Amino acid sequence: MAKPKIASDWLCGCAGCHMSLLDIDERIVTVAELADLRSTPITDLKVPDVTGVDVGILEGGINNTANEEVALRMRKSCKILVALGDCAVFGGVPAMRNFFTLEETLRRAYIECESNDSEGKIPDDPELMKPTQVRSLQQVVPVDIFVPGCPPDADTIFYVLAELAQGRIPNLKGDKLHWD
Amino acid sequence: MVAQKITIEPVTRIEGHAKVTIRMTDAGAVEHAYLHVNEFRGFEKFCEGRMVFEMPSITPRICGICPVSHHLAAAKAGDELLGCPPPRPASLLRELMHMGQIVQSHGMHFFELAGPDLLLGFDADPAIRNVVGIIQANPGLALKAVNLRKFGQEIIHTLGGRRIHPNFAVPGGVNKSLKAAERDGILAGVDEAIATIQAGLQIMKVWAEANREDINKFAVFPTGYFGLVTPDNGLELYGGDIRLIGADGVQLEKFDGRKYLDYISEHVESWSYLKFPYYKKMGYPGGVYRVGPLGRLNIAEQIRTPLANAEHKIFKSINPGRPVENTLYYHYARLIEALFAAEHVRELCYDPDLLSTDILNTRIDNKGEGVGIIEAPRGTLIHHYWADEHNQLTKVNLIVSTGHNNWAMSEAVDSVAKTYIKQPVTEGMLNRVEAAIRAYDPCLSCSTHAVGQMPMILEMVDQQGDLIQTITRD
Repeated sequence: MAKPKIASDWLCGCAGCHMSLLDIDERIVTVAELADLRSTPITDLKVPDVTGVDVGILEGGINNTANEEVALRMRKSCKILVALGDCAVFGGVPAMRNFFTLEETLRRAYIECESNDSEGKIPDDPELMKPTQVRSLQQVVPVDIFVPGCPPDADTIFYVLAELAQGRIPNLKGDKLHWD
Repeated sequence: MVAQKITIEPVTRIEGHAKVTIRMTDAGAVEHAYLHVNEFRGFEKFCEGRMVFEMPSITPRICGICPVSHHLAAAKAGDELLGCPPPRPASLLRELMHMGQIVQSHGMHFFELAGPDLLLGFDADPAIRNVVGIIQANPGLALKAVNLRKFGQEIIHTLGGRRIHPNFAVPGGVNKSLKAAERDGILAGVDEAIATIQAGLQIMKVWAEANREDINKFAVFPTGYFGLVTPDNGLELYGGDIRLIGADGVQLEKFDGRKYLDYISEHVESWSYLKFPYYKKMGYPGGVYRVGPLGRLNIAEQIRTPLANAEHKIFKSINPGRPVENTLYYHYARLIEALFAAEHVRELCYDPDLLSTDILNTRIDNKGEGVGIIEAPRGTLIHHYWADEHNQLTKVNLIVSTGHNNWAMSEAVDSVAKTYIKQPVTEGMLNRVEAAIRAYDPCLSCSTHAVGQMPMILEMVDQQGDLIQTITRD
């Protein structure tokens, strides 16, 4: 049997969930034996295989049009979609931005900050994404498995990966379910 | 008609989201390559109204690769704002946590992010050009690298209860003292960590010897250099004043970082969400400078630990009397700093004050404003808060390490694109463009705190701006 294919990406988060994945330390060798790691931010394939992957993992919420595209593409590419970490599960710390208007937050960063020079402007090149309200992953695409935590600890992530790689659905409860 | 626009997106093996567009002339040569940092989060605005003491917990969520940097910069800004300087043992413990972070962040970058380019080659198959490829090619080395990162992460875990987003520093000090057994556990790992870093240095030197021609044409350009130093201009990562030197190596400024607004400004370009800091007196872009490992080793005249100092002398001999300008030497500088950090862990562990329980100054005298500065793994990190009499924040300004390198990364992308991209374009050429960014170890979540993450796209357009070609890899 071919090894299950896993792809991952990060959206509006901090990369901490992927770092927590690396905190499984030497167990990364086990994961590499059980599964085929395809496109991820720490490998060089850019997008999930066109023929699809078995498991898609997304860290971070959705706070702009580029995030939306990545989330939709991953949902289309994978059989099982995992929301990894608090930002993907419910928005997390970056969702604090929703207490302000986008205009206010952009003006603060690019025009008003004390260190800005007098030529401040809000970046608007067509190459750039457009910011949106901050949303959880589930608000944009259907999610199959939720792994909360900021970040989820390495043991939990290893458990989730090992279960999925062996064709089982992880059962998150007790110590594995925390929100801090 | 060979004019085209190439898009690389996302740039991989860097932290965050970036996109590169390369505009081509009608003759098929690179006209200009742009680095677009493509995320905005807005921490500077949404932290308004939060309490000062919450900031060491909120701001690490800017970045999960170097959360300790934001944790400590926020605590230091809190020390200043609340007028409660920490007792010496607390500063030592914070610095110990910081050294753990430098080792894990630099170690991970060299072996797990940049390493695949050096060990497997820029032109290696992208399907295996990653950490798993290293595990398969050299399992012994991969395991050492994993253990090096673990050593740094465990220091953070021992002090702050967790490896990522620790709970430790507070305005006025830290919330937990260190036990003798915990210190001994840290000390027990120092020798192995140093040995692994030295193995990395050996790999780097062999690689540099074999790739001298590339090193000398891969994004080599003059800038200023900027960062903290000790009073005698030695390498410093936790405290001290800021030193700025010019492209010729002569000191332009040495100043108390709390006065940073008198010396630097940030410029905005419409094509990137990441701002461009510069030295005010020289304007933009004349006053651009570089930070991080290469910048710090250029501004430092010596290092206070013996092994790192010996390596630093070799580094200084690369371009005697002048700064080292080669982008690829960031990797070498990063390993020398990791060596210093591991040696400094041992020094700190032997300090008689380290186990003291005098770790918190609770005498608060609200000053209304505070600046906290630290040398994060990627460069100088500045947190500046203003608060009302209830210690509730009214304004927040952040200048993050990778931001200082924004101009240099953009220049490196353009330079490498012009040096290496020829018709027909290959994947390996594009990977070199990414490697130019990777050398700076950008933390795009950090730099786009305000600004977010950095996915990267490489697009080629003709001189009229029409998209001709988008290259993505799968």
